Amino acid sequence: MLTAVITIASIALIAGIGLSVASRRLPSSTDDLVEQVNDLLPQTQCAQCGYPGCRPFAAAVVAGQAAINLCPPGGEDTVRRLAELLGREVLPLVESVTPSVAVIDEALCIGCTHCRNACPVDAIVGAHQLMHTVIETECTGCELCVAPCPVDCISMRPLT
Amino acid sequence: MSAPTYDLGTLHGGLRLPGHKSESTRQPILDVPVPGQLVLPITQHVGDPAQPIVRIGERILKGQLIAEPDGTLGAPVHASSSGTVIAIEPWPVTRRNGGTAPCIVIECDGKDEAVHNTEPPVDFRTMAPPDLLRKFLQGGIVGLGGAVFPTAQKLMQARTCEIDHLLLNGVECESYISCDDMLMRERAGEVISGAQILMHALQIDVCFLVVESDKPEAIRRLGDVLGEVNDDRIILKQVPTIYPSGGEDQLVQLVTNREVPSGGLPSDVGCLVQNVGTAAAIHDWIINNQPLISRVTTVTGDGVVSPVNVRARIGTPIADIIELAGGYTERAQQLIIGGPMTGKSVTTDNVPLVKATNCILVSSETPSPGPELPCIRCGDCASVCPVQLLPQQLFWYACADDEKKMREFGLMDCIECGCCDLVCPSHIPLTADFRVAKGRIRELADEKARAARARLRFEARNDRLEREKTDREAELAEQKASAKKAGPSAIAEILKRQQEKKEGDD
Repeated sequence: MLTAVITIASIALIAGIGLSVASRRLPSSTDDLVEQVNDLLPQTQCAQCGYPGCRPFAAAVVAGQAAINLCPPGGEDTVRRLAELLGREVLPLVESVTPSVAVIDEALCIGCTHCRNACPVDAIVGAHQLMHTVIETECTGCELCVAPCPVDCISMRPLT
Repeated sequence: MSAPTYDLGTLHGGLRLPGHKSESTRQPILDVPVPGQLVLPITQHVGDPAQPIVRIGERILKGQLIAEPDGTLGAPVHASSSGTVIAIEPWPVTRRNGGTAPCIVIECDGKDEAVHNTEPPVDFRTMAPPDLLRKFLQGGIVGLGGAVFPTAQKLMQARTCEIDHLLLNGVECESYISCDDMLMRERAGEVISGAQILMHALQIDVCFLVVESDKPEAIRRLGDVLGEVNDDRIILKQVPTIYPSGGEDQLVQLVTNREVPSGGLPSDVGCLVQNVGTAAAIHDWIINNQPLISRVTTVTGDGVVSPVNVRARIGTPIADIIELAGGYTERAQQLIIGGPMTGKSVTTDNVPLVKATNCILVSSETPSPGPELPCIRCGDCASVCPVQLLPQQLFWYACADDEKKMREFGLMDCIECGCCDLVCPSHIPLTADFRVAKGRIRELADEKARAARARLRFEARNDRLEREKTDREAELAEQKASAKKAGPSAIAEILKRQQEKKEGDD
């Protein structure tokens, strides 16, 4: 009788310690899933989904607050992969966008730095009151720089 | 004369194709005269485009450097005759989907005046291998088998591995092409001299000179020259005529029985493969100081009047070369640059001959294999695949756009030889499908890499903004604290000063 109690108690103790260590060491499953969802997103950080960046959107998707078809730059492929990963139904994309990059008309630029501050990936360079330019290879085409420009000198050029 | 040896490894699959080589090997190599205009693309090699260093209107001489390599992988471009630069602009070139590329256009003066060479000739045997490789780069030497990989960089990479075999590729397995055959017949001495230079550059003592059995004349000539130079490091090897044994990895497997690992290079198994034409070009540059400004190419097919091999300056318009071969016949329908299996169909003969052009094929009819039918999973494609892939499975996954499975089944190892297309009883254009799928996989990988970089930049920016915010708050707190320390009298004084200033302004 006593042996049985001690055995069961010690098994419970070992399992308990193991579980508590595991829960502390390993990332919780929600975080893990958010990371996986984030990996599938195009990282344009364009906020077209209504969230301030790809990771917040990923968190909202995992929490069930956001639908999986809100990411226009990701396209149908991303919707399909998200559906696969999360076991949800494939939904038609809210709107589709053509991949493009921002181009500053350098003759018109007044150097106000508004676009530079709006760029989520620091792809615009230029000092105050001096001409700005877009680093084309780093531009994600998020269009966040277009609206702040007071002289409307930024346009989006589609990538062929 | 030294006799060829036959002991070989085994190659999986492959096909015996009708040769069609005798048409273009009846007469010796013809020299194409200096054309009126030369069009030299700045990208005639794998890697970054070369940067033009000449101005429009500048007079240039034959052999003069006109574009310098830029970036880590690249090769220079030299003028192939004398004349005046009239434009640097996009020009139609040989591409799979048509299109143009930046070219340097030279109007030739017909004098063919060469640059005066002041450098004294140096014996390559006294040069250190790294110096010799640097010299290779300056000569614009690239692989002339068709892949146009810069030779100097290929050798530099190989020198970081343990190389014990040099393979000179005289296996011209694709139908119709005979430029290497003719080159070996007429310039066997230069090919062997090139092999000796390459062996010195690599510091190795074994060279297999590999030639296909359907080139007895070339084998005889090479054997004669080998007997004369008496260099027992070079061994002549005869291999059976099976397509695609001239592929780099396939040649290594066939000759040494070593399998190049998936995604690897022949240098991973101690081999370096060079085309025989490249060896001759190396001889011309190192011994005669003539950079790569011309090459031998085959003009053939039943769409040209007299098929022949020609030596033409790089940049010569294809139309000029076809004219030398007697022009088009009435049956001419399609112009292909390269061989029938791996060549590219072009819609204009206004494209220039480039370093990669080993064949100009004018065929009479567009081959139509018949309507595409469903796959019956007969497995014929798998039995001929030289890389031992399973094309029927790959086709399945390509249709389903299943990237993971395609990778798993080795799509990236497909050499696009086209054997599976030829044997498919359902006429499925497998190679074309695989080419598209490979492009798609590369695109996805690019997208992934771009996303990863954008994410890094985004996170770095957020960190920076956060840091700036906390810094500002800390500064503000410090200022507040110091003001408090100074006491209420100090604050009152500041306020008073501000008030006075305001009144003064009014």
